Amino acid sequence: MSPQYLWFIPLLPFLGFLVNGTVGRRLPRAAVAGVALLFTGLSAALVAWLWATMKAAGAPLSMSVASRPWISVPGFHVDFAFSVDHLTLIMLGVVTGVGFLIHLYSVGYMAHEEGYWRFFAYLNLFMFFMLVLVLAESFLLLFVGWEGVGLASYLLIGFYFTKDSASNAGKKAFVVNRIGDFGFLLAMFLTIAHFGTLSFSSVFAQITAQPELHGGFLTAIALLLVLGAAGKSAQIPLYVWLPDAMEGPTPVSALIHAATMVTAGIYMVARSHVLFDRSPLALSIVAVIGAATAIFAACIGMVQNDIKRVLAYSTVSQLGYMFMGCGVAAYSAAVFHLMTHAFFKALLFLAAGSVIHALSGEQDMRVMGGLRKRIPVTFWTMTIAVFAIAGFPPFAGFFSKDEILYQTFAWHNPLAKLLWAVGLLTAAMTSFYMFRLWYKTFFGAERFSEHTDAHGHNDHAPIHARKDTTLVMEAEHDSGQATHAHGVHESPWIMLAPLCVLAVLAAVGGWVGIPEALGGHNEIQHFLDPVFAVTAHAENVANVDEVSHSLELGLAAVSVLAALFGLFLADFFYRRKPGTLGAMSANSGLYRVVANKFYVDELYHFAIVKPLEYGSRFLLENVVERGVVSGSARALAFITRGGSNLTQRMQSGNIRSYAGWLAAGAAVVLFIMAVTSLHLR
Amino acid sequence: MQLVLFLIFAVLCVAGALNLLFQRHPINSALSLVVVMMSLAVIYWTLGAEFLAAAQVIVYAGAVMVLFVFVVMLLNAGEEERTTGSRAAYIAGIPGVAAILALLTYMFMHERAALGYATLGGSLNHTTSNITEISRVLFTELLLPFEVTSILILVAILGAVVLARKEQ
Amino acid sequence: MVPIAYYLILAAVLFCIGIGSFLIKRNIITIFMSIELMLNAVNLTFVAFAHQWKLVHGQIFVFFVMVVAAAEAAVGLAIIIAIFRARQTLNVDQINLMKN
Repeated sequence: MSPQYLWFIPLLPFLGFLVNGTVGRRLPRAAVAGVALLFTGLSAALVAWLWATMKAAGAPLSMSVASRPWISVPGFHVDFAFSVDHLTLIMLGVVTGVGFLIHLYSVGYMAHEEGYWRFFAYLNLFMFFMLVLVLAESFLLLFVGWEGVGLASYLLIGFYFTKDSASNAGKKAFVVNRIGDFGFLLAMFLTIAHFGTLSFSSVFAQITAQPELHGGFLTAIALLLVLGAAGKSAQIPLYVWLPDAMEGPTPVSALIHAATMVTAGIYMVARSHVLFDRSPLALSIVAVIGAATAIFAACIGMVQNDIKRVLAYSTVSQLGYMFMGCGVAAYSAAVFHLMTHAFFKALLFLAAGSVIHALSGEQDMRVMGGLRKRIPVTFWTMTIAVFAIAGFPPFAGFFSKDEILYQTFAWHNPLAKLLWAVGLLTAAMTSFYMFRLWYKTFFGAERFSEHTDAHGHNDHAPIHARKDTTLVMEAEHDSGQATHAHGVHESPWIMLAPLCVLAVLAAVGGWVGIPEALGGHNEIQHFLDPVFAVTAHAENVANVDEVSHSLELGLAAVSVLAALFGLFLADFFYRRKPGTLGAMSANSGLYRVVANKFYVDELYHFAIVKPLEYGSRFLLENVVERGVVSGSARALAFITRGGSNLTQRMQSGNIRSYAGWLAAGAAVVLFIMAVTSLHLR
Repeated sequence: MQLVLFLIFAVLCVAGALNLLFQRHPINSALSLVVVMMSLAVIYWTLGAEFLAAAQVIVYAGAVMVLFVFVVMLLNAGEEERTTGSRAAYIAGIPGVAAILALLTYMFMHERAALGYATLGGSLNHTTSNITEISRVLFTELLLPFEVTSILILVAILGAVVLARKEQ
Repeated sequence: MVPIAYYLILAAVLFCIGIGSFLIKRNIITIFMSIELMLNAVNLTFVAFAHQWKLVHGQIFVFFVMVVAAAEAAVGLAIIIAIFRARQTLNVDQINLMKN
């Protein structure tokens, strides 16, 4: 495949966006879905072709394509350029592959929603920006994609824009991301100041060419980048937007807020690993942030009752794992986990969407239960995903999570063992809350009432927008009535097919990274070696030979035990003795703190939002707004009004008045001409 | 001799213009404008523009003014009413006019020497007539603008017909 | 031997009377006449300068002005007729459509 075709990979979804965004309103639903699927599918096919090209023997390790100069001023130059290496390739595969599956799923999931064309237009827009983000060859173009996916995310979170909570969640996501973007921007400014360019290849080449560069401004750039990544990838302290983002439709949560966009931060850190490798401090901070986020979010996830919120906190927690992987310079492990996580978390979300669909919009796990028999396909696919995320071999999550834990353990840093312990504990907790979800949803008594279903259909309320909504979105029920007439139901095949494909991937996707200790070849690591090979310097990377395979096996066994422990606990509390935990925790203060998400939202509200609000109200509003802004505006208005009152008199509509002014004006002109000509003489 | 001629017709001219200003019936104004144009024709002639003098009489005093008089009669325009529609015309306009007149007069008097003198019958040169000169330039150098004016006149005729036509 | 300046001053006087008449008169036909008067004043300056420079082009310019003035008179008077049909008046103080 010629590099020129790279342009088409993002442009095809953009075309889909243009078509659906402009004329989609007038197209029938089938046509809208067809357009969206066609362009996404074409893009995925191009990526597949690209894979074939790049995997072929003797293929170059990277290829790139550049436009004519994009921005070119003295001292700074950047091209509009795309480049592909093995890291990009994995990201492209995940984005287009999972993206296409989720598009397919959405065709069924959104079938009865108003604004169908809008949804697919946004989804295609997201694909476009995400592909720009991963293909970008410079920080600047990456930033374009970065902001673009933020925009698409905002639009899709607020998809049910008539619902207050949804539009607020969209705004929250946008504002919190701004904080991160602020860091990213500053990092770019620093990069320009020190390297005079933003192109990855030249920045990294300059760093590589100067072995003496360490710390200093590199740490500053790296830390600012981490701030950006923390915003996009929902890490402490900027994770608060992601749980609220679950207000969006479930396919959106699966695609944007689990599989692709939120991993952009990890991708960015991995992409700029050359920079991070030179700054051990920044790396340690990344690792600590990751570990802290992982356990923190897992704690909150254990007590959530909304099925999507559990998954959201689980996503935050897993992203924390990836951050930790990046932090211990195990970039390929992080990317590996990114990939497997995309598979199983997308699957989890889609399966949860299927459950919600079956219950006509119900998201509260307390009123689910016993769904195993009613929606068997969903149940089985979900089961695979739960085992994958909990880290049971041979499912995908086991290998990637284990690789991160192992690399953390082997990290040359006093913190290594502590972080490993945190990771292990998080693994146990992950297992616990995932099985809790599993048991609560699929086992036990059927706690839902059939009328949830009837409710959804009889008064023509939207299906997925939650029940408390005041939306007036008229669902098209003529076709839907037939399939939905009977209570709880399995989803249509178009939703189940992506589930099955993802289930296969979640099951076997980890096999590309079987470590040598378990008799595999860790192919993904070798595949990514060309990208991260530059990393090969002493202080950060664990030397594989140094740590024995037996240790690796031992660690793997420990983490499986941890997962089993979580499973046992969940089994005990939610299957055998349901209610015990509830009784224990009912009046425990700790439970309340955790259930309220450690009051972080409240803390932010009082520590940041309130002071800002007071400052705005008293200082800005009274002094700046009333005094300076309104004052000047009022003065301007006064002058304008006075002036127009004066000139309005001139516009009397009487031709003789006009002639009078004309004569006066001519006299003035003549006077000036006379004076100047006499003067010049 | 020329000065006498000039003064006679200049006075006639200004008197006609002032009469135009002070007469209240438009037909009187039109007739005094004819006087102004005829006197101007004489002044053109004293400046050696024989062709223009003739054209002035034929086109202006003849065709255009006849058109005016026709319209006055067609619309049966009576005496002018003294309405007060515009103060600006007096406040800004009259001082403006006075200023223009004063400035122009001052400038011309100031530059009188540089402007030179006019001699009676002093045509451009004495070998050819004024009409020969004009027609040579008009039909060689300025042929295109000359032809374009014919189109202009055609358009004006059509426009006048369309505008003045009664609504069907 | 008459100074060219006199001709020019005569033109200026005529021009200013034209403006004054434009400002004072209410009858739209008379206002149109004062425009013609101003045109004539300008023509006079052209002829005077043509005489001064001993060039025929000034006179040709006057010729063109006359042609255009004739066309303008035809169209202008047609407009006046149209206005009179629509408003039943020739008083410009009552023809102020541009205001309202």
